[in-house]
Amino acid sequence: MPSDRPVTPSTLSIKDLPWQIVWNKDKCTLCGSCTAVCPVNAIELGVFRKRTIKPFVDISKKSTSEFEIFYGIRQKTDPSYGCIGCAMCSMVCPNDAVIPAKSDEAAKMNLHIDRGGQPRRRGGRRNSHDSVLDQIKFIRISMLTDPALDAGRHEFELKTLLGRVLSPEENMKFIREHGWIPPVREIYPLIIGGMSFGALSPNMWEGLQMGVAYLNEELGMPVRMCTGEGGCPPRLLRSRFLKYVILQIASGYFGWDEIIHAIPEMKADPCAIEIKYGQGAKPGDGGLLMWYKVNKLIAAIRGVPSGVSLPSPPTHQTQYSIEESVAKMIQSMYMAWGFRVPVYPKISASSTSLAVLNNLTRNPYAGGLLIDGEDGGTGAAYNVSMNHMGHPIASNLRDCYQNLVKLGHQNEIPLFAGGGIGKNGNIAANAAALIMLGASGVVVGKYIMQAAAGCLGSESDRCNICNIGLCPKGITSQDPRLYRRLNIEDVAQRVVDVFLSFDTELKKIIAPLGRSTSLPIGMSDALGINDADAARRLDIKYVV
Amino acid sequence: MCRLFAITSKDPLSPMTAINALDVMREGHDGSGVGLFLRDLGGPFEEMKDAPILSGIFTDDGLKRLDIFMMDMGFMTKYKLSIKVPKDPPKGVPKRDIYLIRAYEYPEEWDGWTDEERYARLLEIRLTLRDMGQEKNDMIVFSFWPDVIMLKEIGDPLSVANHLKLERNELKARIIMAQGRQNTNYAINLYACHPFFLEGFSTMTNGENTAFIPIKEYLSSRGFQGYQGYQSDSEVFTHILHYTLKTLGLDLESYKHVITPLQDKALEEHPDGQFLKSLKHTCRRLIIDGPNCVIGSMSDHRLFMVQDRKKLRPGVVGGKPGVFAFSSEICGLDSAIPDRDKSKDFQPMHLDTAIVESDRQEVKICRQTDRLPLQL
Repeated sequence: MPSDRPVTPSTLSIKDLPWQIVWNKDKCTLCGSCTAVCPVNAIELGVFRKRTIKPFVDISKKSTSEFEIFYGIRQKTDPSYGCIGCAMCSMVCPNDAVIPAKSDEAAKMNLHIDRGGQPRRRGGRRNSHDSVLDQIKFIRISMLTDPALDAGRHEFELKTLLGRVLSPEENMKFIREHGWIPPVREIYPLIIGGMSFGALSPNMWEGLQMGVAYLNEELGMPVRMCTGEGGCPPRLLRSRFLKYVILQIASGYFGWDEIIHAIPEMKADPCAIEIKYGQGAKPGDGGLLMWYKVNKLIAAIRGVPSGVSLPSPPTHQTQYSIEESVAKMIQSMYMAWGFRVPVYPKISASSTSLAVLNNLTRNPYAGGLLIDGEDGGTGAAYNVSMNHMGHPIASNLRDCYQNLVKLGHQNEIPLFAGGGIGKNGNIAANAAALIMLGASGVVVGKYIMQAAAGCLGSESDRCNICNIGLCPKGITSQDPRLYRRLNIEDVAQRVVDVFLSFDTELKKIIAPLGRSTSLPIGMSDALGINDADAARRLDIKYVV
Repeated sequence: MCRLFAITSKDPLSPMTAINALDVMREGHDGSGVGLFLRDLGGPFEEMKDAPILSGIFTDDGLKRLDIFMMDMGFMTKYKLSIKVPKDPPKGVPKRDIYLIRAYEYPEEWDGWTDEERYARLLEIRLTLRDMGQEKNDMIVFSFWPDVIMLKEIGDPLSVANHLKLERNELKARIIMAQGRQNTNYAINLYACHPFFLEGFSTMTNGENTAFIPIKEYLSSRGFQGYQGYQSDSEVFTHILHYTLKTLGLDLESYKHVITPLQDKALEEHPDGQFLKSLKHTCRRLIIDGPNCVIGSMSDHRLFMVQDRKKLRPGVVGGKPGVFAFSSEICGLDSAIPDRDKSKDFQPMHLDTAIVESDRQEVKICRQTDRLPLQL
């Protein structure tokens, strides 16, 4: 830092940054790859001047100084250019001469990132490694009267239902009287959750769709993917692959013109319609696609001008209250597809989830309820929403399931849970725990980005710049220079890998519990946790 | 693993037939209990087919409470078979005061009631007595139903039977179900002992029902007071049978489709595929998932056996016209009906329901892939 550099309240040193670039002068070849690849321009080529003093032993001669100029990497200390720790620089460095290192003290950037009066916005999810789901163990292993099943060889039927399931009594009555029986889909219990069209890059989207199509058509796994808000490419809407897609409508209604116009030409019905009321990562807040990502294509599909930020209101006037939306939206969506497609709402987990569920139970059309917990991911939200708002998924789901049990409606409104499943990589264990707590299936988004596309984000505030379209891997970017980094076929292949390994792991969990012909929904006697309070709260066994 | 034996015969048999069959299968049960279910009774009960029979175990005080309770309601004892036992029970059998089998006259005000009304009230009374007994630990009530006797006790089946002198003339029946118990998952409790009984339906099971908790939660939430108890994971099989036939109005052949539905591919090829698929969806909560062999008795005197989809539990059906038996092991069958044509013995597999009708002429096999007899 120059001696006359102004030191203002917001002046930070490198030490104050959460990530610090460690650069090795001896290894660096000055190729410039790292600075070229850095998505946030945290590093730049620097010119350094070094003075070396050459003293002489002979006292009669004067010591001299030599000045050397050398080039290298300099890290910026402006919070706007703070290193995000994505380590793309290391990935492109031929000599491993550069690496970001996590600061050893609490970063001060949080205090300074709100310059201009704008609080921090970012993507990713709540930066916390804790997970109650990871603490849950499966304790009921059959041994005495029953040998455990062989997960590798036994036949399994790992399917779940999406759509309003009538009670057996009602169903029999309707069959006898030829009444309307709501549509029900048999799907795989792990669903790729809604990630907005426009939030994901075209390559990511295509890769996911290809993977899902392969899983369905070649491997016979009925995996479904939700579009998220923002619409759906017109070609997909008119293709037979639409049946693997859950179309999402949110309070911004982005992309719905396109969908409605395509209805007459649809060759297949979509799997379901998801009405988004809330997202676990930012409960009570609308969706937000920042202007960086609204290019011409996205703007055209969403039916908006390009280059403007697209916030969805948390509540649109048509979704003024959940009661109203239940009465109107769900029914009109059913009507649009001739009552052949299940429609269900997605809400963020909160202490009012139960109220929503109670309302849905009295609506004969509600096809399910998706509850998104606080650990859900997002493309863009305020840091404060992500870190400090929302309800953990486990207890919220459990409350809802037990409420249905009390009413005798369990699984009639299938509950799907999302938000932090597989946060620490234990996706099958987390999913199985939620299913045994009462979920009919689980929804993942962030995990798929991490596993199938190599998203660099982590729970230690690494990367998290999905919002500004500079995704280092090209997953959440609309800039062709970035998204061409992502190979479509590779993403598809990884999606398939993820589902196949999940399938094996899920079987490895449920087979020892003796389950194979139906998903162990609500099999809470199999669960234990070494936290007495959590055990009491979730109504599962306390084990130490 | 428990051992099961059931027999249906045109001539009334002593329960010892079943006990002896259990005894030859003794390696399969650990003597932790025995349960007996008798229906289509012979002997003195032959003459009173309509009279409700109360079976249970009482302390002296409990019996007094019972008498007051029943008299208050207007029930008169018609016939009783009190089993007085020696002071010292065999090893492993608890000391009891009275094993009671008592037939009643209906109260006068019940005259003119329909069978349905009577049966609902009988169920209610049995549950009330059970609650009263659990409160003071002085009564255990197994059944209160016309033409049905049930007995359950902890201990080795043969020792218990000898202790209770079950070889008496008064105790004979044309349908007998017996279970030699191997207590596994839950605490030893007489209410956890098979067979289970609800409004004319009775089943017993060999196996472990891993889907117990969700099924129990579902049945309990049906709002029918008979769906309670659940000291055993197998009790739900009786209740699902009751639910399928009574509430849903389906037939015995559909029971298998409720507890172990066909997989999707088979449903697509099934003549009743569409109906069965919707049944599978709506009754998904009742799918059993443990290895289970279920033997059951219906109020119309049919006897049946089903296997779950895994078919990991032994079970065999055999006999001759007039007498057929269902047994966990062939040696049990050999002991009860040695002169049958053994080549006709049948071991139901994962798609089969073996049924012997009330005429006891043949074993009917319903395959799950066949068209359903009851068309809606």
